[in-house]
Amino acid sequence: MSAPLIEMRGITKSFGAVKANEAVDLSVAPGEILGLLGENGAGKTTLMNVLFGAYAPDAGDILVEGRPVAIHNSADALAAGIGMVHQHFHLAPRLTVLENLLIGIPGKSGRIDRARGLARLTEISRQYGLSLDPNLPVSALSVGEQQRLEIIKALFRGAKLLILDEPTAVLAPSEVDGLFAALRSMAAQGLGIIFISHKLNEVRALTHRCVVLRHGKVAGRVDHPASTTSAEMAKLMCGHEIVPPVREASTPGASVLTLDGISTSGHAGTPLRDVSLFVRAGEILGIAGVSGNGQRALADVISGMLQPRAGTMTIAGKTVTQFSPRELQALGLGRIPEDRMTTGLVTNLPLADSMVLPRIGTEAFSRKGLLNPTAIRAFAEAQIKAYDIRCPGPMVRAGALSGGNLQKALLARELAFDPKVLIVSQPTRGLDIGAARFIHEKFLAMRARGCGIIVIGEDLEELLMLSDRIAVMYEGRIAGTLPSADATVARLGLMMTGAGHTEEAA
Amino acid sequence: MSAVFEQIFQVGFLAAIIRIATPLAFATLGEMFSERAGVLNLGIEGIMLLCAMAGFTAASLSGSLWLGVLVAVLVGALMGALHALFTVALGLSQHVCGIGVTLFSSGLAYFLYRLIFGQQSVPPSIDGFKPVPIPLLSDIPILGPAVFNQFTLVYLAIIAVPLAAFVLYRTPWGLSVRMVGENPRAADSAGVSVIATRFQAVILGGALMGLAGAFLTMAQFNAFTFGVVSGRGWVAIALVVFGRWDPWRSAGAALLFAFVDALQLRMQASGLGHIPYETFLMLPFIFTIVAMAFMSRNAVAPSALLKPFRREER
Repeated sequence: MSAPLIEMRGITKSFGAVKANEAVDLSVAPGEILGLLGENGAGKTTLMNVLFGAYAPDAGDILVEGRPVAIHNSADALAAGIGMVHQHFHLAPRLTVLENLLIGIPGKSGRIDRARGLARLTEISRQYGLSLDPNLPVSALSVGEQQRLEIIKALFRGAKLLILDEPTAVLAPSEVDGLFAALRSMAAQGLGIIFISHKLNEVRALTHRCVVLRHGKVAGRVDHPASTTSAEMAKLMCGHEIVPPVREASTPGASVLTLDGISTSGHAGTPLRDVSLFVRAGEILGIAGVSGNGQRALADVISGMLQPRAGTMTIAGKTVTQFSPRELQALGLGRIPEDRMTTGLVTNLPLADSMVLPRIGTEAFSRKGLLNPTAIRAFAEAQIKAYDIRCPGPMVRAGALSGGNLQKALLARELAFDPKVLIVSQPTRGLDIGAARFIHEKFLAMRARGCGIIVIGEDLEELLMLSDRIAVMYEGRIAGTLPSADATVARLGLMMTGAGHTEEAA
Repeated sequence: MSAVFEQIFQVGFLAAIIRIATPLAFATLGEMFSERAGVLNLGIEGIMLLCAMAGFTAASLSGSLWLGVLVAVLVGALMGALHALFTVALGLSQHVCGIGVTLFSSGLAYFLYRLIFGQQSVPPSIDGFKPVPIPLLSDIPILGPAVFNQFTLVYLAIIAVPLAAFVLYRTPWGLSVRMVGENPRAADSAGVSVIATRFQAVILGGALMGLAGAFLTMAQFNAFTFGVVSGRGWVAIALVVFGRWDPWRSAGAALLFAFVDALQLRMQASGLGHIPYETFLMLPFIFTIVAMAFMSRNAVAPSALLKPFRREER
């Protein structure tokens, strides 16, 4: 193999007493795709931020093509040929594709050099098969296209090494294939790529080599990811064996939630069109679909945040179509929203307050219109213990918690009241294997206790593992429902694009 | 009422619209640059007043009107820098600091004016700018005398609009301004200094507010009174929203407001005497409120407006 494009030697970085990275060695050769694996908090992002100049390492060297370089900020990193595609895109939504590319690029005689920018964009598009309309505003692009723009942006600035921080977390399965094709083409043309992920199947499919981090240290290196099993890699990541939970066979009871011919309008996003579905006691119904096909409206209707234009909704036989979120909750409906930070919790309030918010006016937490801080605190403390939520205490600002711990807090909040129906969106997005496994086990335990659960998700393997039946949403409609025994990733993927039509099979 | 409408198409009426629109256009463009970079400048009302005073004083003491304009522009830029120091460098609340800048600037204007001119029964005045007819163009019927027989500052305002659009949309600096107002992190990761760009935009905005103030005391009224700005700064903030943060639309908004203002002046004077004149005075502001109610529904402010930028820290 040729001389490494980038080499990191003995990188150590501490935040206070916490060693986020300890003596990490890593190198990428031209044309190589390196997988960087690890659970949340293992130090992947810190390591890449050191490489991209956001943090200065306490010790260690970075070499670019054999020469030591000092990288103090993103401008230095770009100059050294390092480009990074962050998890949260650095784009201005109201500016056009071309303008987002040209930012920070000197113009020609005081004017923006559009012609040269366009020529360079065309060249990159042709070279790597990444095309975008230069005059569209970024807000008109899909998430996948925005990510493509971020990749183009890095290449536009002459990146020889591309860092992608969990790029597939935001993509639909079909978009992932496109991304992988582009990345392979870039590698084939001599670029180096660092691919950060905790999805083992993707790492195995894409990368040439892997470095696994655990607690800030290199826990292992995998030279042939394709011929290594996911179980072996998961063991490296977690330090112990991971056993997937088993969904035991069961006989579902009566329907606990039924939607009949629900249509909506006046909602941001795709409205629902004549949606009928039901979930029975002790059953998990998966809702698959590329995000933006009405899942948001579905979750909002079920939780009472959106009143449907037509159709009826019943919970345990009782018509609840016009009920408010609070009334639905009183009937035993729990919701874990898609966006933990905005709809889920109040990030600036103490965790304890966020955890009782949906039931703040009930007997349990207030008396005669006054809050009962002792009860609120006691509740939060009990849940923190029961769910192993890692935080300094119930009075910590909710926004300070990591994603996995926030999700546990939300889960604890809903499950503590033993819901009869639970609707969850993207329950494990951004969570690592350990945290995801914990959430899955809780769902299955709820199922065993007779709760009807609707799981809206994009991760088909997760849905297949959890669900008894899977309904596919496409353009605001239910494109079809399959018992999960009959469903495969390929079949669902086809239905998600609106191609396949399957009759309702209960 | 027909008498009122006859007057609309008179030269004097059109000229009045242009004249009223000029300080509003400067102020609106100034506020727009600042907000486009993500900084709301509520100091505008006070900055205009201070600049009106400073320009008037400089012109009055030196006898040079253009020196007065220069002083007004420099004072405006300085106050812009002050606002940027608080809101950009220190990352303090833009609302609070803006109100603070307005109170400080207004107080300073009153104080210095009294200190320099004392208490006089008739406010001192200067020999202000005179209309400069543009050869040939001013001979066009109706439009000529209305638009091309105006103060030089009016022509400057007319040039300022396309110039502002060019700078904002066609230059790398303008792109940086829009980027730091939309997503400062994106600008930062592209190697653009968010702090410097915001400082520059707020200072440029302050300078334009200075021009607006200078026009009031050196072309429109030729004297300084404490009520000389009388809410024009606040109106400019509304006009920026009305103009959707775009130079052309903002200038259009200023013209529309000026039209209603000129109309109410005529109505006051046109024998509708049984209606108290305050009713007419309200019209432009009622118009602004109604227009805002409709327009602001679709208005999309720069995403990072009001948000201070700090590099990510752990």
